Amino acid sequence: MSFNNSLDTLYRQVIMDHYKNPRNRGVLEGNSVDINMNNPTCGDRVHLTMKVEDGKIIDVKFEGEGCSISMSSASMMTQAIKGKTVEEALSLAQIFSNMMQGKEYDDSIDLGDIEALQGVSKFPARIKCATLAWKAMEKGLHQHE
Amino acid sequence: MDMKEVRKLFPILSQEVNGKPLVYLDSAATSQKPLPVIEALDKYYREYNSNVHRGVHTLGTKATDAYEGAREKVRKFINAKSTQEIIFTRGTTTALNTVATSYARANLHEGDEIVITYMEHHSNIIPWQQAAKYTGATLKYIPLQEDGTISLEDVEKTITPNTKIVAVTQVSNVLGTINPVKDIAKIAHRNGAVVVVDAAQSAPHMKIDVQDLDCDFLAFSGHKMCGPTGIGILYGKKALLEQMEPVEFGGEMIDFVGLYESTWKELPWKFEGGTPIIAGAIGLGAAIDFLEQVGLENIAAHEHELAQYALEQLSTMEGLTIYGPKERAGLVTFNIDGVHPHDVATVLDAEGIAVRAGHHCAQPLMKWLNVSATARASFYLYNTKEDIDQLVAALRKTKEYFDHVF
Repeated sequence: MSFNNSLDTLYRQVIMDHYKNPRNRGVLEGNSVDINMNNPTCGDRVHLTMKVEDGKIIDVKFEGEGCSISMSSASMMTQAIKGKTVEEALSLAQIFSNMMQGKEYDDSIDLGDIEALQGVSKFPARIKCATLAWKAMEKGLHQHE
Repeated sequence: MDMKEVRKLFPILSQEVNGKPLVYLDSAATSQKPLPVIEALDKYYREYNSNVHRGVHTLGTKATDAYEGAREKVRKFINAKSTQEIIFTRGTTTALNTVATSYARANLHEGDEIVITYMEHHSNIIPWQQAAKYTGATLKYIPLQEDGTISLEDVEKTITPNTKIVAVTQVSNVLGTINPVKDIAKIAHRNGAVVVVDAAQSAPHMKIDVQDLDCDFLAFSGHKMCGPTGIGILYGKKALLEQMEPVEFGGEMIDFVGLYESTWKELPWKFEGGTPIIAGAIGLGAAIDFLEQVGLENIAAHEHELAQYALEQLSTMEGLTIYGPKERAGLVTFNIDGVHPHDVATVLDAEGIAVRAGHHCAQPLMKWLNVSATARASFYLYNTKEDIDQLVAALRKTKEYFDHVF
């Protein structure tokens, strides 16, 4: 059912699926990156752990609490960067940031589920929800370097 | 005055948001402004904008009269003894910080206690944390009852002869709890402590009499009571304010300035360094005139009716948790099971309904409630039962929507 078309651009089925069944949920033992980030204005919180070896993200897990957008975005992010190089992950973060700000972004890369978050850019109040986990990832990887 | 007529004085309310008539239920964050306030600001800037307490020109005199006239309106509004007890500040936060910085740092020592409650807004927590760190005093919390009220028994237990400051909100911005400030003041005074009242959520909605409450300090903001942002009030008993040092130094607040020493103006101006918030004070004065014309008793009664109606309607909804006591001020904080309050607020916004979602600047209270965030609908004199009907209908839709996408 739908009572508002614009809401459906925000709450896409795939987003709600990630919210309900988060991928890579938990805390990674023996991690090399361990970072907490929160959104002080609303209380959303993400705890991200990654195992990085030879410039490659071998494994990643997240846990935290927040709205459907922040938690599904975190889930999608972990799915997207797992197995990628640090460089690839950071460039993905850049693409995502551009997408959120409604800017042009490199669409030659297959973004998979992340594409579903595009609608968030139409809801300015919710962009920070979507970018939280990505900012944690960027900060964590920069600290690791 | 008929509340339907009152509503017409708020031009912002007659607009559509996302294609739906605006239902503004976020007055606890900031209230909307009626025409008399908007016009008072407009008139000041168009006709007599000028600095105050200096210069001899005509506009300067007009501006000074209006600025000091607003102070007298505030004095009357809270029944203070003298305008010397009314200090214009940037808002409640600045007012509370002034007490925590000036009074607390000068009067607290190691072993002394500051007592607050679990339901305080961050602006009535952090200044005391800082004062405690600075002076070596201990910060203590009065616990909450199951229903989000505080018992006088607990107040008696928490306040001791070592307590020097008791800082408490008169109305909780999350639970809507109305605290027995007068009784708390009695207990505090019996133990030799001063009482600081955060009236940010009460001053806009109920009659306050500082002499009757017998509080030592009281703080509130203009923007939550139909006035402009950037203006607030610190009330303090004259004897206390007189012994306090200013927090900000500079123009306007001095008596005599030498090369190495200076002296301050008398009260209240010694606390108003720099060009004061002239337009803000004039706007607040107009807001007070407006609220008094409607009648604080009428406003309180109207909001009580709205809050009780909202509780009644919302409690018929399954899967909805309401926080706070039954007897409460004009706000309802709630959560829908399984739907994050941000998502609730976004869906309501799509229906033209503005509510607040988040931790409401009360993280310790959120922890006590064992939630990370909540949604809050807050009411003011311009809200109607129809607004609440819209809210309830939209919440039902929200629930259906998320039940479906799950």
